[in-house]
Amino acid sequence: MQELNCVVNGKEVTLRVDPTRNLVDVLRRDLKLTGVKVGCEEGECGACTVLFDGKPVNSCIIPVMKAQGRHVITIEGLAQDGELDPIQEAFIEAGAIQCGFCTPGVVLSAKALLDENPDPDKEEICEALSGHLCRCTGYLQFYDALKIAAEKIAARKA
Amino acid sequence: MTTKRGRVLAGGTDLFLWLKSGKADVDVLVDVSAIEALRTIDVRDDQVVFGAAVTHAEVAAHREIKALFPALADGCRSVGSPQIRNVATLGGNIVSAQPAADSVVPFVALDAQCEIASSSGTRVVPLEELYEGVGKSRVDATKEIITKIIVKRPDGPSANAYSRISPREAMSLPVVNAASLIVTDGKVIVEARIVTAPVATTPFRAKRAEAFLVGKNPSSLGDLAEAASIAQDEARPRDSLVRGSGEYRKILVKDLVEMTLYRAAERLG
Repeated sequence: MQELNCVVNGKEVTLRVDPTRNLVDVLRRDLKLTGVKVGCEEGECGACTVLFDGKPVNSCIIPVMKAQGRHVITIEGLAQDGELDPIQEAFIEAGAIQCGFCTPGVVLSAKALLDENPDPDKEEICEALSGHLCRCTGYLQFYDALKIAAEKIAARKA
Repeated sequence: MTTKRGRVLAGGTDLFLWLKSGKADVDVLVDVSAIEALRTIDVRDDQVVFGAAVTHAEVAAHREIKALFPALADGCRSVGSPQIRNVATLGGNIVSAQPAADSVVPFVALDAQCEIASSSGTRVVPLEELYEGVGKSRVDATKEIITKIIVKRPDGPSANAYSRISPREAMSLPVVNAASLIVTDGKVIVEARIVTAPVATTPFRAKRAEAFLVGKNPSSLGDLAEAASIAQDEARPRDSLVRGSGEYRKILVKDLVEMTLYRAAERLG
């Protein structure tokens, strides 16, 4: 067992963990952040995507000790004071949710993209979301949702 | 005390899966991915030095690399998905030793050299000599570590390009990929390097095609097309249930080599 110190959704966390575990397992079981989904468990599907120092990663193939000293954001970290993030609102408005299993990961990749590039074109959106599989095939709604989200964020800043 | 089996861990996008499946077995993992000295890209007048723990996303987004070595930036942008590219490292892709590794194929075209460190010192070895076989590297990750990847900037006007064909753009292995480098003396080609994969157990240099191009004018499209035909003739892709028939992939070798040569020639201006 090793001691892990990191910041998860803005809160400092100290845990004793078995270093052979992956990050998603610790997030779900130890921290009860079950918004992070386990899909393929081999870095293919993107369901377990979290932000690692602001960048999307597949938490199923991150050995947990890589989180040492890092900032991790899961879908639970997006809403502030009970208010949904504009990206989450946009996903609801666009109907970009079907079964919901891939949604947390897609929303986080969307956040990473919009944080870096507030007005992405279609190609940039497609590339940013290319590491996500949606078995309900709701891909076009993702595109609509990101366009709406970009407008919402711009309106808030204006 | 029993000797612990240790191994270098970089991004872990391959190794962590191998540990799970039993393909790799270790007692200790030494994570080198946060070592600052391995995390920089140093663009100098005569060469570019990449720290081995630089990620594919960092190379793909690097403005100077996109201008100098578009083949490498495009190759790095083809690896896995954004989530993989944010984690997977250049050094890791080399040690995983897949013949068609999307960053390695352009690196070999650019004649990249690797600095390898161990307890007995450091050595510099051409990247293309580091393949023992498919998935088998001559870098022993239990004893040594790649620290730098060095690419010399050619003396004369030069250009490079990369291309791949795959079933989809993300999370998809290449059916065939190719990278080409052309160096001129301002008039004719003085050096060409053409690499294609996976058509052998290592990234494959089409050396006859390279030799054919020396002395040719880079704006002669006929010569570039002839070189691509020679490369097709040299390459021996196997039938693959995953990637397609050898016959089909041999045709793709010609098409992709031709495309990269045309694109490189275009970039020469």
